[in-house]
Amino acid sequence: MVNVLVQAVDLQPFQVIGPDGSPLGDQSRVPPIPDPELVALYEWMATTRALDAEFINLQRQGQLALFPSCRGQEAAQIGCATALRDDDWLFPQYRELGVMLVRGIHPGGVGAYWRGSHQGGVGLIERHCAPMSIPIGTHALHAVGAAMAARQLGEDSVTVAFIGDGSTSEGDVHEALNFAAVFDAPCIFYVQNNQWAISVPVTDQFRGPSIAHMATGYGMPGVRVDGNDVLACRSVVSEAAERARAGAGPTLVEAVTYRLGAHTTSDDPTRYRSAEEVANWEALDPIPRFQKYLEQRGLWSSRVEAQVAERAASLCTELRAAVFDAPDPSPLLLFDYVFSHPTTELDRQAALMAAELERLEP
Amino acid sequence: MPAVTMVEAINAGLADAMADDERVLVFGEDVGVQGGVFRVTDGLQARFGKSRCFDTPLAESAIVGVALGMAMRGLRPVTEIQFDGFSYPAFDQIVSHLAKYRSRTRGALPVPVTIRIPSFGGIGAAEHHSESTETYWVHSAGLHVVVPSTPADAYSLLRDAIESDDPVVYLEPKRRYWIKQEMERGGRTEPIGRAVVRREGGDATVVTYGGLVGTALEAASLAEREHGWALEVVDLRSLVPLDFETVATSVIKTGRCLVMHEAPRTLGMGAEIAARVQEELFWNLEAPVLRVTGFDTPYPPARLEPMWLPGVDRLLDTVERSLSYGD
Repeated sequence: MVNVLVQAVDLQPFQVIGPDGSPLGDQSRVPPIPDPELVALYEWMATTRALDAEFINLQRQGQLALFPSCRGQEAAQIGCATALRDDDWLFPQYRELGVMLVRGIHPGGVGAYWRGSHQGGVGLIERHCAPMSIPIGTHALHAVGAAMAARQLGEDSVTVAFIGDGSTSEGDVHEALNFAAVFDAPCIFYVQNNQWAISVPVTDQFRGPSIAHMATGYGMPGVRVDGNDVLACRSVVSEAAERARAGAGPTLVEAVTYRLGAHTTSDDPTRYRSAEEVANWEALDPIPRFQKYLEQRGLWSSRVEAQVAERAASLCTELRAAVFDAPDPSPLLLFDYVFSHPTTELDRQAALMAAELERLEP
Repeated sequence: MPAVTMVEAINAGLADAMADDERVLVFGEDVGVQGGVFRVTDGLQARFGKSRCFDTPLAESAIVGVALGMAMRGLRPVTEIQFDGFSYPAFDQIVSHLAKYRSRTRGALPVPVTIRIPSFGGIGAAEHHSESTETYWVHSAGLHVVVPSTPADAYSLLRDAIESDDPVVYLEPKRRYWIKQEMERGGRTEPIGRAVVRREGGDATVVTYGGLVGTALEAASLAEREHGWALEVVDLRSLVPLDFETVATSVIKTGRCLVMHEAPRTLGMGAEIAARVQEELFWNLEAPVLRVTGFDTPYPPARLEPMWLPGVDRLLDTVERSLSYGD
């Protein structure tokens, strides 16, 4: 009989910073973080939020087809992303702006995706980041395969699948969790439970006590963490990554957070949730909370504030420059990447399109 | 040269690919100790170890999705889906992901994944074990689709598939698994993307692939013996890319074209080939292009299979219609 892990899952989310910014709970689980890095965590969160707003502006101005806001989820994203190494692989869904920024992915490339200039993954692979994935939960399997490959290649890298509360209902997520457990894949399933799958609340998604509790059935540890507490998220992901690197297999992390904005720019959340509910979560906003923490540690100053604002503004400018009235790529590019070598049939069809283009723009 | 079955040829292809390139992994359901339900992977785990050839939990979507993730990291997985009818749970992974990754990353991410699927009918199998799935894959841009009909082709096309930087769906005609052919191990036949004329003749062209190549050749012998008709048999081997040039050369010669496949008639390969032939060879035709196919019904129970599958009689009846067109 294989030794099966049966580990209790704490329903109470792990926290190290209280809503008023003061330290809370077991501080020994927080890895040592130098002061400048603590300030950097704030900077990443604030920059993510500023860019998020700029993406929405650009969509409203007709420059982007769509944008899914991550406002409210910055702590969950920055805490996780900064706990990883650059050679760890990321498999984002479509709402991981903060994660991608930390990984050094230029917001202009993300903007080009939402503008509809390319599909999924230009400029990401070299940063060890998979293309964004719109079908729900299917990329969790790709993450498990990448993690299994890392072991096969003798690496100690970790692979992170970013999924949401809704995706836990998908069959592929079940298969991914099961494969990862069976093969001891160095993989972290990082679920941002933002309470809503478009208009369906998490209470209508499953009947178990929590998403983290599902881990027990797969034979892996499950951890609930306060997703609006950036240090708690960072601590939990650091622990999971350490386990995975040591060959101890996957972890399911449920970061309990809230999507303060709409599902996407096409969504109207007032149809399905109350203003009171949103206000209750606004009060738990991760950014002012971490600012209070920095203030209490004497790390906050007007200089930091100005520096953050300046960096955020400059990235917003770069984003606008990258997408505003950006020229469309040549449609003939579509034929270049279907296969590694051109086929006669695709050449024929490309010639048809080329002739059409010539008639349109002689 | 020893005579080998198609099962032995595919096994040899897998073993040689694994020996030549340590990035090649083989996995699926029952492929390890058991060596696969058709013994195609027999001995691979014993020879290459459990890290190179292994059983997976029973989950087809995962088998393909995990293979894609491995390919992203530089491995070259060869997966087995146990039977055609069980490829449908993996449909989304194949069509939404495997087929599109190269395009989605503008070529930054090659996807060298081979999906082997024991396929088609003709062996009296249980429900869901005799499906013709090729149209789904052919219609999904980004996939190569190959169907061998002989042991030597099975070996060679498999080696090509594994060496390709693109995803290849490799459909194995179960009814040809146990036919024998002399084969020089390591020898290669025509590459992916080339059709082959299996029998020459001047009266009508029969275009087919996989399990029905044998049926077409049998019908051609009978037709010559009993009616004096000379049928030319084209074995497509590769459905994507499609070697239309070889089809066209034959149809220009014979002026008549029939397409035969097990798959239901509507929107099968026959529809595509008939359309292409009339688009490009209208004035070369002496008769309409005709299809010899399965019916637009769910696959029948085993006892009714012989009347459902296109066989020698249905083919020769259709040849007669073609030859007597306009009389």
